[in-house]
Amino acid sequence: MKYAVDNNGYYGKFGGAYVPEILHKNVSELQERYLTIMQDSAFQKELNQLLHDYVGRPTSLYFATRLSQFVGAKVYLKREDLCHTGAHKLNNALGQILLAKHMGKTRIVAETGAGQHGVATATVCALMNMECVVYMGETDVKRQYLNVQRMYMLGAKVVPVTSGNKTLKDATNEAIRDWTCNPKDTFYIIGSVVGPHPYPDMVARFQAVISEEIMWQLQQHENTSYPDYVIACVGGGSNAAGSFYHFLEHDSVKLIAAEAAGLGVDTNESAATIHLGREGILHGSKTLIMQTDDGQIVEPYSISAGLDYPGIGPMHAFLAESGRAQVYAITDDEALQAALQLTRLEGIIPAIESSHALVVLAKHSFKPNDVIVLTVSGRGDKDMETYCNRLTF
Amino acid sequence: MDRIASLFATKKNRIISVYFTAGFPQLHDTVTIIKELAHQGVDMIEIGIPYSDPMADGPVIQHSSQQALENGMSQKLLFEQLATIRQEVSIPLVFMGYLNTIMQFGFERFCQQAAHIGIDGLIIPDIPLDVYVKEYKTIVEQYGLKFILLITPETTEERIRQIDAVSSGFVYMVSSAATTGSQQSFDTEKQAYFQRIAEMKLQNPTLVGFGVSNNSTYEAACTYANGAIIGSEFIKQLQKQSSISLAVSTLVSTIKGS
Ligand SMILES: Cc1ncc(COP(=O)(O)O)c(C=O)c1O
Repeated sequence: MKYAVDNNGYYGKFGGAYVPEILHKNVSELQERYLTIMQDSAFQKELNQLLHDYVGRPTSLYFATRLSQFVGAKVYLKREDLCHTGAHKLNNALGQILLAKHMGKTRIVAETGAGQHGVATATVCALMNMECVVYMGETDVKRQYLNVQRMYMLGAKVVPVTSGNKTLKDATNEAIRDWTCNPKDTFYIIGSVVGPHPYPDMVARFQAVISEEIMWQLQQHENTSYPDYVIACVGGGSNAAGSFYHFLEHDSVKLIAAEAAGLGVDTNESAATIHLGREGILHGSKTLIMQTDDGQIVEPYSISAGLDYPGIGPMHAFLAESGRAQVYAITDDEALQAALQLTRLEGIIPAIESSHALVVLAKHSFKPNDVIVLTVSGRGDKDMETYCNRLTF
Repeated sequence: MDRIASLFATKKNRIISVYFTAGFPQLHDTVTIIKELAHQGVDMIEIGIPYSDPMADGPVIQHSSQQALENGMSQKLLFEQLATIRQEVSIPLVFMGYLNTIMQFGFERFCQQAAHIGIDGLIIPDIPLDVYVKEYKTIVEQYGLKFILLITPETTEERIRQIDAVSSGFVYMVSSAATTGSQQSFDTEKQAYFQRIAEMKLQNPTLVGFGVSNNSTYEAACTYANGAIIGSEFIKQLQKQSSISLAVSTLVSTIKGS
């Protein structure tokens, strides 16, 4: 297993658990127990039942005829936009809350940027009747009014974060501080494949259902479980991790990640962490980080609130460094146009995050017989204001 | 004998160590603050290296770090400001910072320059015990620096023993499950934890930090440990008082209860 996490929680030189002593007990308990719990048959039964009945899995693998004609290759869309609450985020939130229950925790904290992970967490907390506190940067609270209201309606407490730049990275700091102050009863549900080990691996495993389904679904369509390409967008990298997971060790399947270039990688208004980041420590993990020469974390920019995180999951830092995955940096404008194009060709309004992945279809050169699976990580309902403001329909 | 060891050899109890954030309130206050603290009888100083994302810190120190960065503080400038600090003060000086900024500066280069200007030890809360032992201990010791590790109410007895074996200078006893910030009193649960640690008779001296803000919390710390570390309360005084000298004297009398 070349690309799996090692026993110490590293992917190559990336990963690890750089946490203050107060969190050592919680993190090491999670490290020791997560695999055992996740492999327990009662746990799996409960999770699979809920994924099926509640999340609405399996999500379809849809052969996009008109898009395929346009690209000149066979394009399948993995429809995570059809999940309950509108994105892949629920797969992970559901998995983690079941794990929290198994570990006897009674209170949930989470961070959120755009609000998708916050909504997913608030949703599973309502389902499981658990106390839920979501940290969200004050700037994002204002930008994402409807998602904040959804969280309130679901019974969560939303705490606006006023430290730092008042966005996702600061919300994450605050969620970690909350966990530090409440180590006994609280479980921290992280929203992506970031944070200290075992979070990146744990979240990847909860999202791995995406590639597990792709394999048997593709078998039905194409008589093979292995596509030539898998393409996904990366913010922290959870939908990409889940889409790549079962193909990692199969070199014939080429992996492509799309990160957000914002206004462009050379503009200072970008969130292209893999292109622009340097090795460092953020939120308990050694990974690529957008930072100043002095090591102060830089606030990233992207039109997509779900992709503007200054770090990247350590797994993706390793996949990029080792050449296993190819990474494209996609600008705001390119993503916007791709969103409109998919909408007109297929009648699917994608999330602005997912639209970054769609741009790869035009940027990369494919052969006519190539079988491409592209993950549509979420639906565009939450982005309608952006689309209205930036596109002419 | 090194400065930290001789402090604990000559003064067994009631040690006061004060934290401040370099570059706050004004960019060039660093040396003035150190001199004033030493002059007014503080036993040891922790010089905070500001970081944009200080995970272990509460709102007061977070704010001071952000202000210091806005003022223009950097690792390089801090070393410049402290270049001749040993001509000014003789009490132990410890750096407290986060791993990321130190990594970018270069960990070994950082240790080398710190030792060169006369810094005695390092507190880096996001370097966990195992990583310290595996990656950094040799470098830290090569430059003759002490490395102060933290213990918390959540740390098991077995792990406390491991930390005590690896830590040098002293062991930093975090008062409670909390980030840095002032607390009015230490309740019986916290005092029971202090007592439990005292009874373990660690090889290192111990100082209680996080939450020490007044005479009552200081006295509780001194009952069970060799003294206390005060951070947020000093930052607050620096904000409130009209001069650094007044901030220090107010802090010292608040803590000593005089
Ligand atoms: C629809 C959608 N896609 C992608 C992302 C990015 O997260 P990740 O890279 O972890 O999949 C988000 C994050 O909020 C999202 O809402």
